[in-house]
Amino acid sequence: MMTTHEPGEPERSDLFVGLTAIDEGTMRRLHGRLVREAQTEGLLDVAYRTIDSPVGPLLLAATAKGLVRVAYQCEDHEKVLERLARDLSPRILHAPARLDAAAKEIDEYFAGLRRGFELPVDLSLASGFRRLVLARLREIGYGQTASYAAIAVAAGNPKAVRAVGTACATNPIPVVVPCHRVVRTDGSIGQYVGGVEAKRTLLTLEAAA
Amino acid sequence: MSTTLPPFEEIVSTHGPTVLRVCRAVLGPMDAEDAWSETFLAALRAYPTLRPGSNVEAWLVTIAHRKAIDQARARTHRPLPVDPLPERAAPSEADRSDGDLWAAMQALPFKQRAAVAYHHVGGMPYADVAALIGGSQDAARRAAADGIAKLRKTYGEGGPR
Repeated sequence: MMTTHEPGEPERSDLFVGLTAIDEGTMRRLHGRLVREAQTEGLLDVAYRTIDSPVGPLLLAATAKGLVRVAYQCEDHEKVLERLARDLSPRILHAPARLDAAAKEIDEYFAGLRRGFELPVDLSLASGFRRLVLARLREIGYGQTASYAAIAVAAGNPKAVRAVGTACATNPIPVVVPCHRVVRTDGSIGQYVGGVEAKRTLLTLEAAA
Repeated sequence: MSTTLPPFEEIVSTHGPTVLRVCRAVLGPMDAEDAWSETFLAALRAYPTLRPGSNVEAWLVTIAHRKAIDQARARTHRPLPVDPLPERAAPSEADRSDGDLWAAMQALPFKQRAAVAYHHVGGMPYADVAALIGGSQDAARRAAADGIAKLRKTYGEGGPR
């Protein structure tokens, strides 16, 4: 639509070369105002923030329906946001306050003070059988584990053990939707979207509490 | 870049400061923040329909221009002038240091001010500037040159060269 350069364009005037940088406080204030107004107008489709946790920094993203994504650092937060822009909406803003409640529950979980999550979740990033599996995962209690095979049975398709593994590996809301509680039939720990080490940390935390 | 739009957050952090400068150049520091906010809210609304790969900064300046016209129009209907720096939430130290330049800008006629702001502050080519303020590309170039010449007289003598 618009060109960026023309040949023979005179340079920008030196009058504006010495302008001071816009200070961070001003940009922060304007950003906060944009978030508030966007929310009022119903234009903030996806809000996000990051929090620290014993398993590393976690990206949290929420739609108006609820928490839609939790991402480990190994998933590359920037890429995760790009995919959210593609799959949900590009109207994405860093809006920590909108995730205060979710952050609080997750903090409490890692502190061993919370055994279940009450925050609303939005499973719209999963569909079909995967979504069915995620619903079953939420029934595995704190401190318990289930096998991939058992979840396949619970989801109504005993032969779909591999598909259960895929559903766990692509769980958009790990930690809160507890795919870490699914282990191999022989009792070995199996894989995890946040890495095996993170899975062990979560299982150990829940066993201790 | 790609066939998808980046998260809007990226648009704000990449282009927010430049658009604020353009708003300050056109409207002065006091009205600039309102114009910036309206610009980015309107941009957020329209963002999903923007074609990936578009010149985002030119798109934002185009929206800012419409907001600036609205504000300039509203200003002429305001009861009384219009000290260049009426009291309001005080800009920070760093922002204030450019105040003389923005004040000198305010003394220019709207077309010259807009041409200077969009080309010299916003980096927009004259073809696009002309499409915004009307008239030919040469006229836009002349308006900016006249504006810069006046700024040199009113501000530039003691100011940075």
